[in-house]
Amino acid sequence: MPGAIHAEGLVKTFGDVRALDGVDLDVPEGTVLGLLGPNGAGKTTAVRVLTTLLRPDSGAAFVAGIDVLKKPNEVRRSIGLSGQFAAVDEYLTGRENLQMVGQLYQMSSRDAKARAGVLLERFNLADAADRTAKTYSGGMRRRLDLAAALVVSPPVMFMDEPTTGLDPRNRQQLWDVIEDLVAGGTTLLLTTQYLEEADRLAHDICVIDHGKVIARGTSDELKARTGGERVEVVVHRPDEIEPARSVLTTLGKGEVTVARLSRKLTVPVSGGAKLLAEIIRELDGSGVEIDDIALRRPTLDDVFLSLTGHAAEADEHGDPEDKKEETP
Amino acid sequence: MSVTTKDAPVLTPRPSGGVMQSVRDSLVVAKRNLIRMTRIPEMVIFGLIQPIMFVVLFTYVFGGSISIGGSTDPQLYKEFLMAGIFAQTVTFATAGAGAGIADDMHKGLIDRFRSLPMARGAVLTGRTLADLVQTTLTLVVLAGVALIVGWRTHENIGKVLCGFLLLLLLGYAFSWIGALIGLSVRTPEAATSGGLIWLFPLTFISNAFVPVTGMPTFLQHVAEWNPFSATVAGARELFGNTMPGVPKSVTGAWPMEHPIIASVIWSVLIIVVFRSLAVRKYRSATV
Repeated sequence: MPGAIHAEGLVKTFGDVRALDGVDLDVPEGTVLGLLGPNGAGKTTAVRVLTTLLRPDSGAAFVAGIDVLKKPNEVRRSIGLSGQFAAVDEYLTGRENLQMVGQLYQMSSRDAKARAGVLLERFNLADAADRTAKTYSGGMRRRLDLAAALVVSPPVMFMDEPTTGLDPRNRQQLWDVIEDLVAGGTTLLLTTQYLEEADRLAHDICVIDHGKVIARGTSDELKARTGGERVEVVVHRPDEIEPARSVLTTLGKGEVTVARLSRKLTVPVSGGAKLLAEIIRELDGSGVEIDDIALRRPTLDDVFLSLTGHAAEADEHGDPEDKKEETP
Repeated sequence: MSVTTKDAPVLTPRPSGGVMQSVRDSLVVAKRNLIRMTRIPEMVIFGLIQPIMFVVLFTYVFGGSISIGGSTDPQLYKEFLMAGIFAQTVTFATAGAGAGIADDMHKGLIDRFRSLPMARGAVLTGRTLADLVQTTLTLVVLAGVALIVGWRTHENIGKVLCGFLLLLLLGYAFSWIGALIGLSVRTPEAATSGGLIWLFPLTFISNAFVPVTGMPTFLQHVAEWNPFSATVAGARELFGNTMPGVPKSVTGAWPMEHPIIASVIWSVLIIVVFRSLAVRKYRSATV
């Protein structure tokens, strides 16, 4: 049975650029798919096609079982979209924004009013409800934007880089909201540049680059492909490199790489913080003075490096649709 | 902060589709734009200052020098001029519609609207309706200023009001051109300048500020077929501001012989053409 979001062979070109080059997606009901990729990979284009904003050149898409190309207006009833731009009217108050969206979802003005009140309360915006959104902080705007997407409690949600540009505290808050939402049974497609975000929120991850799906799986599967965690040690003196190498060879899980000039040693590990403590003890015991030590988990950059051989940020071939991703 | 969907109110979706939804959605969007206007009063005020300046400058600077049917009596020019200034004012509202829509595109609001199950043309209709309200207010104030500087009408109130309706219809038609411009450019700034520049030749190569009698023959033809001229001539006729010494038409152009009906035809034609172009553009709008 196809999932709540299902796409087959989506192709969209802008001039010479193939923004989507045969993308297949399937998101089972009640789960979260994290769509990962660098700027210009085609993430935003995929979301725009699935949310009826853009017609693909070819391919098929179904959302909540409805054909996106044939019945776009029915799809719009079943989805909520929260963009990376907080698409709220800054000259309207929080309450007015939500009421307007409710009415445009075809709720009666009384229902829209009641629903706006509930959502403002839920999203900690009640105190600011009657101030114009212009006066809101970045985090408050995102929350308002998300509330607008949830006005009709749609069964399927799309969030395009929901936390880009947010400070850690606001990001954390938004993650809590999203987790609650998913616990309530909503199907979610989320695009992000942060592996950490996908790691925390997504059941499945799909990595796209140049409009193609280059990897999919759970975050553990992706991490395993990327090589998992590793420890980086910077020793104080060059002659401490060899004793440190022997410690790391014993405790690590693979070959130790050494950057002599910066006196940095790197080794793949498994065991997390506990192992890190052990390494520190052992190094200390061998009389090695440590300038810096860190447990590194794979980042999106690492995933990209291992999957494509090029870094996520240095991507210049854009899909024009994704250009907006560059602006904070 | 907890957001579950379980306790959401059970919503009965209203019957959708059809003209009623279209009207309702348009009014929701119009309301939104009117609220915005009250929150940015400087936009409304600047929109007023410019035409008022035009009234005062043209009346007192050109008033004594421009010959209307052989006479340079300033009072004649005042009466000749006002329909032209009014018409220019309603067309300049075009730029506002364009800039507003370009701004909505830029900020992602158009994406929000397009992802909602709302009537297709409602975002644009709502915008143009709100602009119509603003234009009406501007015209009321402007008519007051015109009366203060000495403009007089010589027809009954019903005809005078019809004259204003003719002007508002033109303004509404032009806001659809503005909407199309707003959807076609990349930035709100481009929409503002792109929405204005073409209005200068359009409003000046016309009968609005001077009689076309003094123009080269080629321009006379352009001016008399200019939709803008038809509205100016129609409003003049309804205000009782036609000048005995100024011929209805120099080139014999049909719209000048029947300015009121010609004005209505032009405006409706502009609405039909530019509304469908703009709605089409809206449906495929991407930043």
